[in-house]
Amino acid sequence: MVETTTRSGPGRLLIAVYAVFALAATARSAVQIATRFDRAPLAYLLSAFAALVYVVATIGLARGSRTSRRVATVSCSVELVGVVTVGAVSVLVPHLFPDATVWSGFGAGYGFVPLVLPVLGLLWIRRTAARGPSLVT
Amino acid sequence: MLEPLATGLILAALACAAWALGLVVANRPAGTFTLALLAVLELGLLVQAVIGIVNLVRTDSDVSGVSFVGYLLGSLLILPAATFWALAERTRWGTAVLIIGCLVVPVMIVRLNQIWGGTGG
Repeated sequence: MVETTTRSGPGRLLIAVYAVFALAATARSAVQIATRFDRAPLAYLLSAFAALVYVVATIGLARGSRTSRRVATVSCSVELVGVVTVGAVSVLVPHLFPDATVWSGFGAGYGFVPLVLPVLGLLWIRRTAARGPSLVT
Repeated sequence: MLEPLATGLILAALACAAWALGLVVANRPAGTFTLALLAVLELGLLVQAVIGIVNLVRTDSDVSGVSFVGYLLGSLLILPAATFWALAERTRWGTAVLIIGCLVVPVMIVRLNQIWGGTGG
């Protein structure tokens, strides 16, 4: 087991949680956009964007190649910025979000997992990257 | 919805999650017994999906059909996907994936009951 990819070990569990959020966010935003888009367009577009980021991050981590690692790094970073920004805006200017998104209130509706997940993702990507060269030498 | 079945499935899923946690703690791989447990749980979810769709067709109350059917069908995907992902790596971490899968099932059933109960759920 010299191969260090983002998909093995703890990464496998992380990807499973990511996949759950990818599925949940995608399904939720699909229903929101299909049934009541005009009620809260901004929130629903953000939901769709969040869903896309989760899907990309899941695939990026699960593929475990060098390119997909970069894809995962970018998507996890976007996710972290997203959850912090949307979280702050939803608390400070609540009328902008008449309906909740995954990232509202820093992901409070999902037990703050949306806030923890990108941090764990980035740490895991870093850790597997750091382990690579040390094994080669 | 069928309350006893929903409650039974929630308890069964939590029991399976506890079992998987036990395997992780003991560092034992998931064997035939675990797969049989998951298969029984999946069968229960299938029964729930069939009953749920029949009830949805018959009901007069205003239930969000898309979400309801979405959750019913979605709940059937969780365990096979988790099992597939877990068995691909026969380590502790692989088995831990089963815990996640088993914990998602009760959440989905609770949401199903809320949707069925309308806004009062």
